[in-house]
Parts: sequence; C-alpha cells; structure tokens
Amino acid sequence: MFFPISGAHISPIYLAIVGFVIGILGGFFGVGGSFIAGPALRLAGLDWNFAVGTDLAHIVGKSVVAARRHRALGNVDLRLGSIMALGTIGGAEVGAQAIQMLKRAGNVNLVVSIVSIVVYVSIAIFMLWESRKTLRLEKGRAQRGLVKGGKSKKDYSAFGPVTRAIQKVKIWPMVALPTSGIAAISLWMILLVAFVGGLFSGFLGGGAGYIRMPSMVYVLGIPTHLAVGTDLFEIIISASYGTFSHAVKGNVDILIALVMHTGAVIGAQIGVIATQYFAGPKIRLAFVPLPLIGAAIVIYTIISGHKL
Amino acid sequence: MKKGTAKTVRVFAIELALYTVLVVIYFFLVLHLLGQWLYELEIHHRYTYAGIAILLIIGQAILLESLTTFLMRLIRGRFD
Repeated sequence: MFFPISGAHISPIYLAIVGFVIGILGGFFGVGGSFIAGPALRLAGLDWNFAVGTDLAHIVGKSVVAARRHRALGNVDLRLGSIMALGTIGGAEVGAQAIQMLKRAGNVNLVVSIVSIVVYVSIAIFMLWESRKTLRLEKGRAQRGLVKGGKSKKDYSAFGPVTRAIQKVKIWPMVALPTSGIAAISLWMILLVAFVGGLFSGFLGGGAGYIRMPSMVYVLGIPTHLAVGTDLFEIIISASYGTFSHAVKGNVDILIALVMHTGAVIGAQIGVIATQYFAGPKIRLAFVPLPLIGAAIVIYTIISGHKL
Repeated sequence: MKKGTAKTVRVFAIELALYTVLVVIYFFLVLHLLGQWLYELEIHHRYTYAGIAILLIIGQAILLESLTTFLMRLIRGRFD
C-alpha cells in the first residue's frame, strides 16, 4: 500500500501486526512500545524523523484505549498524571527541536540509532538487575515467614532505599498522592522525571514509557500497577502534544498511524487483562527483553542497511 | 484445556475474525477516501493537518474500542 504523505510503500498487514504486538505490550507494561514501533517502522523503510512522529500519533490512539481500561480497574492516579504531563510536554519540545537540528545537519538516522541502542540496552540491564534482586529478596522474606504463604500484594523493589531517600527530599512545594500511597513528595521530583521522559519521547519517539514507567516505580516509588495505568493516561496528553509538534514539522504520516492502530486496539485489551495475573516485579522482569529487541532491530538496520 | 479458558479463546477468536472483516472494510472506505485529502492538507495547511491528525487517531481509538466492546458483549451474550 502506498502512503503518499511519507512516500513509503508498506504492507498494511505488516503495520497491523506491529500495532497488535505493541498493543499487547502497551496494555501489559504501560509503555507506548516505541522501542519496537520506531525500529519496526524504520525497518519498513521510513526515515527516523517520520518513524518518530508517526509512532507518536499511533501511540495517542493506543493509549486512549489502554488508559480507559486501566481507569476502569482503578490503576490511574489522575493527579500524578496531570502534573507529569506538564513536565513531559516541556521535555518533548526540547527533544523534537533536537531532532530538527539533526535533520538540518543531515545525520538524524545515525545519531538517533546510536542513542536508541545505548538507552534500550541500559534500561534492559538495569531492570533485569533490579527485578531479579527484588524477586530474590521476596523469596527470602517468604522463607523467613515474613510474608504469609510466600506471596505479597505489596510492590517491593530492591531499589527501595534509593526511592525512600528521594521521597525525603523536601524541596517546596510538596504534593500528596493518596491514590499512589505517597504522603508527600517534591513537585520538582515529579516534574524532573516527567521532563526526562518527555525529552526521550521527543527525541526517540513514542511515549517514552520505557524510561518513564521504570522512573515512576524506582524514583517516585509508585506501585507498578498504578505506574502502568498512570503512565498511559499521561502519554495521551504528552503524545498528543508531541504528535502536533512533529506534524507541524512534517514528520507525521497519519495514514500509517491509523493502520497500525487497528491492530493495537485488540492487542491493548489483551495486555490490560493480563496485568491482573502478575505481580509487579514479574511484570518488570518480563519487560527486560523488549528494549533489547528494539536495540537488535536498530543494530540490524545500521549494519546491513536493509529495509523490508 | 479448562472449559472456561476454551470458551474465552473461542469468543476471542470470533471477535478477532469479525473485527478483521470490519477493519478491512474500514481501510477501503475511510483511509482510501481520506488519503489524497490528508496528503494535500499536509502540504498546504500544516497546522490544520496536525490538529486533524490528533482528532482522527483519538476518534478512531474511541470508535474501535466501542466496536470491540460491542462485539465482545454480543458474542459472550450468545455463548452464555
């Protein structure tokens, strides 16, 4: 099928399947899935600037579906999501401007490829270390009889001491997040986490849930299930802004996004239902291979220069 | 396979099949007709294109989610 806006020939079945897979991942992990979608679009022949912008548009639609499902399950902290949206928008604009600079310099594909590989691999390594350590700690607690029956509904993290230290930073104004079980946390910490997420969103595409979801759990101390739902809610706002910004700069093929999204609708529903059957650390451990797959696709496109 | 799981899988398979047929019709009716208009909008009126792009993707999200929910209810209703 020919997509006139980007001038690309891509199979709509390929796009729908990519959307379906990303939908499942998004519903389950609360991420936009750009670490798969960006490289998958690049592999199909789109330039990085189009892959980034189009992926953002597709993520808006996918997040609307998944966030509505999570809201029904009580997994969305609206106050946290609204605050984070402000920080994310600022970061996304800085990231989009950086893409424009690289586009003008003519090396957008190489630079974004290298940065994405470094980011994806780093996230995977960190989450593998943390989730395995947490599961080992939980097992130890169960063996010592601290957790009845060896299972706990509380979302433990091996990164807990660092999270508590961050929560103790008292930079005014402090905000309470009762839905997430946080009595007081500095507004600036939330905005900083959101800004960094937005920066990655604008630069590498997608909602940057691959960095924001772990940041919400490890830095802000949000329970994993709530981090998943709130991240999706926040992504609707920030990805809409990102889509607008990229569309104005000529980086969005909305027809490709619409086709991808048809697959994502079904996938997102499966993913959301699946979260009910897994504990937080196991969700985080299952997340580990995903950024690595994204990195592998990018490495493949750099080495071989092949496109589907 | 447990009876409940088998039923869920069957319901989902029917939903997926119906959904696929409806989406293929949607491709040809909507995307084909919109393609040229959006292309020209993207070239001549970037800001309008940006706004319409967001409205289109959100509109499609709500429409398709309502469709899948309706299909799920319809099929489950027949199975129960």
